[in-house]
Amino acid sequence: MATLKLDNVKKSFGKTDVIHGVSIDVNDGEFIVIVGPSGCGKSTLLRMVAGLETVTSGEVQIGGKVVNDVEPMDRDIAMVFQNYALYPHMSVFDNMAYGLKIAKVSKDEISERVQTAAKLLQLEPYLQRKPRELSGGQRQRVAMGRAIVRKPAVFLFDEPLSNLDAKLRVQMRLEIKALQRELGVTSLYVTHDQVEAMTLADRMIVMNAGVADQIGAPLDVYANPATEFVAGFIGSPPTNFIDASLVDGQSGRIGVRPEHIELSDTGRITATVGYAEALGAETLVHLRASDGSQITVRQDAALPIPGEGETRGLSWADENIMRFDASGLRQ
Amino acid sequence: MEKRVTFKGIWLPLLLVLPQILITAVFFFYPAGQAIWQSLFIPDPFGLSMQWVGLGNFEFLLSDPFYRASFLTTAIFSILVTVVSMGVALYLAVLADRLIKGSGTYRTLLIWPYAVAPAVAGVLWLFMFNTRVGVVSWYLGQLGYDWNHVLNEGEAMGLVVVASAWGRISYNFLFFLAGLQAIPKSVIEAAAIDGARFWTRFRTIVWPLLSPTTFFLLVVNIIYAFFETFGVIHTITSGGPQQATTILVYKVYSDGFVGQDLGSSAAQSVILLVIVSILTVVQFKYIERRVHY
Repeated sequence: MATLKLDNVKKSFGKTDVIHGVSIDVNDGEFIVIVGPSGCGKSTLLRMVAGLETVTSGEVQIGGKVVNDVEPMDRDIAMVFQNYALYPHMSVFDNMAYGLKIAKVSKDEISERVQTAAKLLQLEPYLQRKPRELSGGQRQRVAMGRAIVRKPAVFLFDEPLSNLDAKLRVQMRLEIKALQRELGVTSLYVTHDQVEAMTLADRMIVMNAGVADQIGAPLDVYANPATEFVAGFIGSPPTNFIDASLVDGQSGRIGVRPEHIELSDTGRITATVGYAEALGAETLVHLRASDGSQITVRQDAALPIPGEGETRGLSWADENIMRFDASGLRQ
Repeated sequence: MEKRVTFKGIWLPLLLVLPQILITAVFFFYPAGQAIWQSLFIPDPFGLSMQWVGLGNFEFLLSDPFYRASFLTTAIFSILVTVVSMGVALYLAVLADRLIKGSGTYRTLLIWPYAVAPAVAGVLWLFMFNTRVGVVSWYLGQLGYDWNHVLNEGEAMGLVVVASAWGRISYNFLFFLAGLQAIPKSVIEAAAIDGARFWTRFRTIVWPLLSPTTFFLLVVNIIYAFFETFGVIHTITSGGPQQATTILVYKVYSDGFVGQDLGSSAAQSVILLVIVSILTVVQFKYIERRVHY
């Protein structure tokens, strides 16, 4: 267990800058989620912490020690890969024991540690099986088991759930969270799924094109996005953006979350109803404003569903307005 | 599950395989049948008469010390060719696999020798090692080593092994490189994070995952060394000095076409036929169960 510190970490591939300086202090035992769309550099950032990519400039510290030039094997980390990266020719037991065998841990201890991890992950009946004889969820657990048995200072997760089906993903998400709480190991978790980020993170880093747009607790980020990108990326359905000139004649754009807009006869602006999605507990109403921009309203299922083609007013409270300037920064 | 296409009648599928059957019949079944038939006779050198001897040719062969010596020569030769060509190819493939830039160029250059016909390759190596005008033998002479593969049996064997292996490295390299690149990068990275350094990774992860490729190449290379090295041996040593580089397939030629002992030559062909059949069966059995781990 250890702290992790990134100090103005940058990465370039040749002349292309992919990460433009990310800094964060991760506390011991904290669960940090790096979230962003594909190509934003989040995996590269994780791989730099792992030592699988070189750091172009800046510092990576694990447990207070600079590890920029330390080999992955000497960084005291464990990583869970998106495709699990299990050793296909080894049994589940051998997969988990591999790192310990190399570290020359005694046979009794290896067997004890693997058994403990297997019990924790409900893998006991499968220890003698080969990875190809396991389901996706079980493989995922073996990958986690391989990380756990080594008792590393930091866990790194690279989109570990994206190869699983939706139902299993929700279940594994809860398990990962519970496991991390129980073990208390500092964790860095990369995902493109903002729901995963919201539910797992103690704090999250929202990455946009190689820049950490915002770092903070999930609900703070949700309530107070620092940039237009963060407001649009975090939350589902995403924040609505309307030209301020349309509403109150000011410059820049206004962001309002779907759940903060109410349909009324008159409102701050009017819009034409496109179609409505009744989801049971709630209804998503899609409208088109006079300047053509799409607006989604999330309303309670008990409220009447407007008919297609109707013109309705949209109203929202002042405290729910998020203003962004032309460069996308929060005003 | 394997997907099977089902034809309604018998005629269309028969028609589709007919060209292959014809080619096999003309170039394999007919000559093989002839060889088996001829191996039971001793014809006179002019082919005017044949005398039935039953299995006499085989009996004579198996008790012939020269023929048994040729078996040993073949074993040594094919083991050396296989080990050298696969070893060098694997080494180069591991290097090429680590390359990020320019691996395409590297690959193309390494594939070239495969395009050279064995007989031409033989002549190239013969020129380099010619005892009088060869570049390499001249340099060896400068270093005080008197190279003469025409007289020295070990040097002769060494030269045909190197010349045969050289043309084969390209082929093996391609398969090894493809095999290496088929190993997911993340598996190697996982092993690196697990603490395995290069050699440990190679021994415990790469080599086992490469074993299907290695086994396939092993069989293919042995078959190559047995049968396709005729051109190299014919151009470089003609089986000599003495019998030092007379492998089985070369002996078929030299006994039959030089020694005019057609009956014995046919019997030798039959024995080779049996050997290659066994090797092919081994290979097919293996390829059928492709997943090895």
